[in-house]
Amino acid sequence: MINININKPLHGSAGVMDLKVNLEIKSGDFVALSGQSGSGKTTLLRILAGLEEAKGTVQVQEEFWLKEKFCLSPQKRKIGFVFQDYALFPNMSVEDNLLYVCKDYALAKHLLEMTNLSELAKRMPNSLSGGQKQRVSLCRAMMNRPQLLLLDEPLSALDPAMRTKLQSEILTLHKEFGTTTIMVSHDPSEMYRLSNRVIVLSNGKVINDGSAKEVLLKTKGSQKFSFEGELLDIIKVDVIHIAIIAIGQQLVEVVIGSHEAKDLVIGQSISVSTKAFSPTIQGL
Amino acid sequence: MIEILKTLEWTPFLISFKLALITTLILFFISLPLAWYLSQTRSKVKPILEALTALPIVLPPSVLGFYILWALSFNSPIGQFFDEVFGIKLVFNFTGLVVASCFYSLPFMVQPLQSGFQSINRNMLEASYISGKSQFQTLFKVALPNIKPALLTAIIVTFAHTVGEFGVVLMVGGSIPDQTKVASVAIYEFVEVMDYTHAHIYSGIMLVLSFLTLLGVYIFNRTQNSKFTGIHS
Repeated sequence: MINININKPLHGSAGVMDLKVNLEIKSGDFVALSGQSGSGKTTLLRILAGLEEAKGTVQVQEEFWLKEKFCLSPQKRKIGFVFQDYALFPNMSVEDNLLYVCKDYALAKHLLEMTNLSELAKRMPNSLSGGQKQRVSLCRAMMNRPQLLLLDEPLSALDPAMRTKLQSEILTLHKEFGTTTIMVSHDPSEMYRLSNRVIVLSNGKVINDGSAKEVLLKTKGSQKFSFEGELLDIIKVDVIHIAIIAIGQQLVEVVIGSHEAKDLVIGQSISVSTKAFSPTIQGL
Repeated sequence: MIEILKTLEWTPFLISFKLALITTLILFFISLPLAWYLSQTRSKVKPILEALTALPIVLPPSVLGFYILWALSFNSPIGQFFDEVFGIKLVFNFTGLVVASCFYSLPFMVQPLQSGFQSINRNMLEASYISGKSQFQTLFKVALPNIKPALLTAIIVTFAHTVGEFGVVLMVGGSIPDQTKVASVAIYEFVEVMDYTHAHIYSGIMLVLSFLTLLGVYIFNRTQNSKFTGIHS
């Protein structure tokens, strides 16, 4: 069990705000941390890692990591941290990056095998692709068998295919090592696939907390389906209006009435949903 | 020409290079913790320390030389202390030159190291701390190996700058042959007595050596920069 009750003033784009978080996380949970940029996600992760100071308490099992004046140094917390920009040591080979953490050759070999990196063990980080670098970084984070694994948008710089592949590797590692994992993410499908709990931060406060399904699914009441998107344009054709909407990477046209067209502003975030008919789903 | 080279007095060069070598060595060990501290701290003392370190760049060597002479002379408490306790005299001998050179060349060692440390991706250092490694281990295993160009620049520039020293050396060391007469002072004295032949030969040697040293640094840095990408440039 991890108890977090912290408070720290943040200097965001909207002036000073308080990061105020009170959470209880069960051991073995996979928590996805979401929210707009500047909402305090990374800061929360850094406080848990001991890289930033804060007021309050952080308790992991029976041990206090943060309590009043006492702050356990990052060296003594059993954590793994994966940075968005990999942060590998460029002067060491892939293998040495892992062994730098601890000289457990068997574990290093096992991790490299699990992530298909065995053949790259002697290579220098510079010569690797982004996906390979992030895998090395993930392996390095597991080398001290962390109680708590912290992932700060680990996959956001990678292409979708590589993401899916790494997501399953993260999940495998999470399960095999029995760590408690907290991952900052913006990708709903990623959060749904990996986490059993999603926490949404806004301006330093928790505004939503629940299972991935409860938090992420946008359909309400009798809605059959619902998408969030951005209104790109409204075109008038005879008596009807057609709204062009970007949903994820796709553009769709939706016929709307003239009343609706008046209330909508181009560029605004909108949700598109329907109740009346059953959508059909076909495999591609 | 060959005849002159054969009879040339090489001692001033030897003293110059010996002085530069010892100064560089001492400064490396003093500057490493100082530069590391300056690059990592957010303390309010930082600007004060930075200003103090940079002073020798701005001060005329005669001012620096005067203060060092005044502080280390037999009449000052520091000079007396060293004389009585260790039996070391700090002015008008080689030891005094080393002390003065260390003050004079300090910024040339600290500044490249500090900016090298500052250019390292912070996440990389944090990754090392999270891996359970102390600041000391992080400094030697992660930070230093990744700032090789800055490290080399610091060492070579400090060395070259000490070889090129004139004002401080003249004031603190005097110009005692075989003891404190370095190459730059020797050239000055040749010009003073209008011995332009020797002045030319000495100056020519200094010019060629300095150029070769700097050329070596820049060639090394070019190959290093293309090797590393862990550094934000």
